[in-house]
Formats: sequence, C-alpha cells, structure tokens
Amino acid sequence: MPRWGMVIDLDRCIGCQACTQACTQENNIPFGNFEQSKLRRSISWIQVIPMGEERDSVEQTMTPLLCQHCDSPPCTRVCPVSATYKNNEGIVAQIYPRCIGCRYCANACPYTVKYFNWFAPEWPEEMEQAHNPDVSVRPVGVIEKCTFCHHRLIIAREKARAEGRTLEEGDYNPACAESCPTKAITFGDLDNPSSDVSRAANDSRAYQLMGDLGTKPKVRYLRAIE
Amino acid sequence: MDTNAVTHEFDDSRLLEPLQTTSREFKVAVTVLLAVVGWAAFSWVWQVSHGLGVTGLNRSVFWGIYITNFVFFIGVSHAGTLISAILRMTNAEWRRPITRMAEVITVAVLFFGIANVFFDLGRPDRILSIALHPNFTSPLIWDICSVTLYLMGSTFYLFIPLIPDIFLLKDRIGGWRGRLYRFIVRILRWDDSERQRLKLERIITIAALIILPIAVSVHTVVSWVFAMTVQPMWHSSIFGPFFVVGAIFSGIGALLTAMILFRKFLGLEKYLLPIHFKQLSSLLVVMSVLWLYFTVNEYMTTFYGNEPREMSVFAAKFSGHFAYMFWGMIVTCFVIPFSLLFRKKNRTIPRIFIASISVNIGMWLERYTIVVPSLSHTRLPYPIGVYSPSWVELSLMAGCFAGFALLYMFFSKVFPIVSIWEMKEGLESSVSIITKRFMSYFGISVQETKDRS
Repeated sequence: MPRWGMVIDLDRCIGCQACTQACTQENNIPFGNFEQSKLRRSISWIQVIPMGEERDSVEQTMTPLLCQHCDSPPCTRVCPVSATYKNNEGIVAQIYPRCIGCRYCANACPYTVKYFNWFAPEWPEEMEQAHNPDVSVRPVGVIEKCTFCHHRLIIAREKARAEGRTLEEGDYNPACAESCPTKAITFGDLDNPSSDVSRAANDSRAYQLMGDLGTKPKVRYLRAIE
Repeated sequence: MDTNAVTHEFDDSRLLEPLQTTSREFKVAVTVLLAVVGWAAFSWVWQVSHGLGVTGLNRSVFWGIYITNFVFFIGVSHAGTLISAILRMTNAEWRRPITRMAEVITVAVLFFGIANVFFDLGRPDRILSIALHPNFTSPLIWDICSVTLYLMGSTFYLFIPLIPDIFLLKDRIGGWRGRLYRFIVRILRWDDSERQRLKLERIITIAALIILPIAVSVHTVVSWVFAMTVQPMWHSSIFGPFFVVGAIFSGIGALLTAMILFRKFLGLEKYLLPIHFKQLSSLLVVMSVLWLYFTVNEYMTTFYGNEPREMSVFAAKFSGHFAYMFWGMIVTCFVIPFSLLFRKKNRTIPRIFIASISVNIGMWLERYTIVVPSLSHTRLPYPIGVYSPSWVELSLMAGCFAGFALLYMFFSKVFPIVSIWEMKEGLESSVSIITKRFMSYFGISVQETKDRS
C-alpha cells in the first residue's frame, strides 16, 4: 500500500503561485470575490505565504501551504461524524455529503488549511462550463481542503489496470506538482525507497512544518540553512 | 426547650397568586419577548437560506458568539441542579425557597445551550449524521452525550419535587392546568401519603447524588472541546476545573438575578428574605475569589512559560485587540462583586443585584475571550483573524435570552416557583430535626421532639 507524500523545495520556489492557479482550476474552487476575500473567507487549497521573522521583507521564504496530510491528524479525531478521515493510503479525506459544518476540524488544525463554504459557491456563467467533471462542487455549509488530487489517483489506477500493469512512479501527480515551473514540488510514494519523493524527503535540508506538534505531516519542506 | 416555631402556619397565598392572576406588566413583557424571539426566528431563517456567511465568522475565527453562548448557557445551567444538589446534600435549611427556581434555570437554559450549537452548524439539515455516524473520539460527541444525560437528569430532578405541589394544586386550580395536575397525579397514583413522601425524599437524595458528578462532567467535557486541541491557550489542563468553577460562579449570579426579579415582580418578599440573599451572595464572593485564583493560575503559567505562540494570544488579551474584554472580565467577575459584597453588612439586595448582573456579563466575556482570541492568533503567522459578530448573530443571541425568560415566566404560570410542600415541611419538622442533630453533637439524645412533628 503506498503512502502518498509531497516534498516542496523552498530553495526552488519563486513564489509565482502557479500551483495555486492550477489547483483552483483542477478542483473547481469557487471564484472568490473581493468582499469575501477581505473578510478572509476565500478558498485556496494551496496558497503561497511568506514566512519568516521579518514581515514585508524580501528575506521571507515563500512557502506553499496546503493540507499537510498528517499521519496523526488532529482534525480527523475531533470530527463528530467522521466526515474527515485518513484513508489507508495516508490521504486525509473529506466526505462532503456527510459534513455537518461544525468547523471543529478547522479549529483543531494547527496549519489552518481547512476551508469553509460560507455561501453557496458561485462562478461567472462562462466559467461554469469549464468545471472539472472529475471533482464534485461542494455545497454551502461544508468544510473542504486539499485532497492531493485524489480523483487523479483513481483515474491513474484505472488506466494502469486497463493497460494490465501496476501503478508506476509518475502515473499520479497532483495539479500543483505538475504545474510548478521550477519543479519545486515532488510527489509520490514515501514508502517506496527508490522514489524521487522519498529520496527528497531524506535530504539533509528536509523538515516538517511544526513537526514538534507530533502531527507527522506527509508534506515536507526543503530549505538550506544559511 | 422552646420550639414554638413549629406551630407557625405556612401561608402559601402569595405563591398561588401568579397561577391565578396575570398582571398587565406580565402581558407586556411576554409581548416584547415574543417579538424578540420572532425576530430571532426570522434571522435564523435568513442564515439558513443564505449560509453562515451572514455571520461575522471567517478563516481563522471559525467559532464566534454562538459557541460563546453555548459555553455560557451550559455554565449558567449549573445554577440549578448543581447548587440545589449541593444545598440539599449539605442540609442547608435556607435552601427551601430557592431550590425550585434554581432547578428551572437549569432545564430552561440547557435548551438554549444546545440551540446555539445547532445555530453554529453549516448544515443543520444533516443533524442526524450525529446519530448515524458518531465518532466517539470527538469531544463534541462526548459533549452531546453528557449534555443529553444532564438534561434528562435535571428534568427528572426538577419534576420529582414538583409532585407534592401538583397534588396540592390539583383541586385549587382549574382549566387545562387542573387537568394536567390531575393527569399527573393519576398516572403516578399519588395520594401524598407519608410512605410516598418518605420514598420521594429518598429519591430526591439519590437523584442529587447522581446529578452532582453528571453536572461536573458536563462542564469538564465542554472545556475539553477546546482543551483537547493543540491550539495556543486552549490546550490547557486547567480548563476542566476552571470551567466547572466558572459555571457554578455564573450559575449563582444568574440565580441571584432571577430571585431578585421574581421577588419584585411576583411579590415574594415574604418567602425570599434578605437572609437567603445574604447566604447565597456570600457563596458568590467565595466563588469570585476562587475564579480569580484559577485565572491567575492560567495566565501566570502562560506568561512565565513565555512560549511564543501562547504569548501572542496572551498579549492580544492582556494589552492587544481583546484587552477591553479581558480587563472588563476582570472588573466584572472580580472587582465589582468582591468590592460590593466583601463586607457582610454591605450585602443588601440592590448591591447583590448589581453584583449578580456584573458576574453574568463577566462570565460571558470570559467565554468570549476563551473562544475568539485563540482562533484569531493561530500557530502560523497567517491568517490573522479579526471577528465581530453580525446582526444575525446578535439577533439570535437576543432571541436566546428572550426565549429563556419566556420559558422561565411560563413555568411560573404553571407551577409554583417556590416549593410549597418543602417550605411547609421545613416549618413543621426542621426545628426538631436540627435540634436533634445539634444535641447529638453533645451525646444527648432527644426523644420527645419526635411526637411534636
């Protein structure tokens, strides 16, 4: 059984936000409006945020922040209806039709990467034609977040089966990893020692975001210490 | 030995009056309160049809005054059952005119505590998911279990001591209430015999014994909803006992406010005497000191530990965005009640009224400064959440308070708000029981008092 994970090389990230854009297109993320963005209600499953000691300085590290797909997720434990859970391949998933919208998971998440549908999602009419048919549109009142483009895994696996082979390295990649112009995002099976991602995860620059909280994130970051 | 007191006749006329007549003020109050509740109902429909976006909530402040109200109301519910159970179990004789009022608060306010969680749901239509797919590792499920148990227990605990009064009233009040009383009496086959009374009192004692740990567990579990997460200034082991102490504190505050209002508007001066207020307000002073002790414990350890994430929440409360609320809480929870009621001779009813209102406000502020600041200052530097409640949230909050007042007033029209049989029983037998107990401390057995009662 694979254990899907991601390594993001911050030394390569140029903060272009192509990942954010690709993710929005791929996952039918509602088109935000200015009013709601000002209220900090816009949804972006991956967003590039500047982190570092000094605010508003070029010294800051551009950090693509997405669901960390923790091996010990604080969010799944607190969900009263098991609408969020970790599947057996390590992906932290969300069942939209079951979620009651209590937002407890969003509060329990130390990374603040869970998003709530404050209103029913809206797109300009022209954009509605461009929805990705593989991803369901979320209704009002439920939590959503990064799924590691789980629908792509299902498609990749079916394709491999049809071709009579097993799933191989590179068959399944989330939209963000695919779109990164500097190849800062590596994705794959962390349990396969020969995969690119597990080699990158063992890089001397690797660290986990707030790894001291014991959440065991499967997203790792690479950054050289100067 | 002079035990003349036993011959005093208990006059229950004023207690029956609210059931027999309805004043103009009462009708006006009901109309106003109904209007507020109606407005809240409209706000709720508005929220359901538009989504939770009509609140002031956002990312990262996912919880606001709905959850504040939930914690506050569950806290106030400790007025009743817990205080009444403690007073019964410690044989505090002055409890008699107070217990029923207290128990009604518990039952009535619990509905609004539960309602606020419901308001907070993004998908109230999926409420059944909780029964269909419960996840028992979630503190919210623990909460639902303990609050449901508490509601059932405290309803039972309210109902049992009502039975002898229902028996008393069944021939004195007509109409639908008379039919209701006679129905209850018939169902229970109640004949108010001495044997039944003895059994009743034993059941009350056992119920009090069972309800105490449930009440403590309820507010502990409510605190665990926060404490079980790793969020800064939520993840604290002091939360359980702190919430319980705060709950009893705000419960006494609410009870005193209710007692003073009922005394004034139902003319209960003959039953609720200054001595009752003095006794209960001295408990309020003790609780306010205990509350300060817990607060100092919580904030001192955070401050001394100096952990950056905790400190950002601490600073926001102490001197930042939430400073008004934080210091307002210190003033209303400690400075005002303590300075007003610290000296025994100062414990007059107007002062007690101000102190009790102040404690209610203060405990609401405390709940708010627990829920919101931690969510505004998450572990990551972004986003920093700013929250102010919208008109929908404020309307629903007003509706809850109005609804609670209505339920309470409705109860006072159906059942006597002071337990008549317990007052009678107290007058008839307490003196001999206390004399007997007192003499037994000196090894003297008193036999003759028995035939007097």
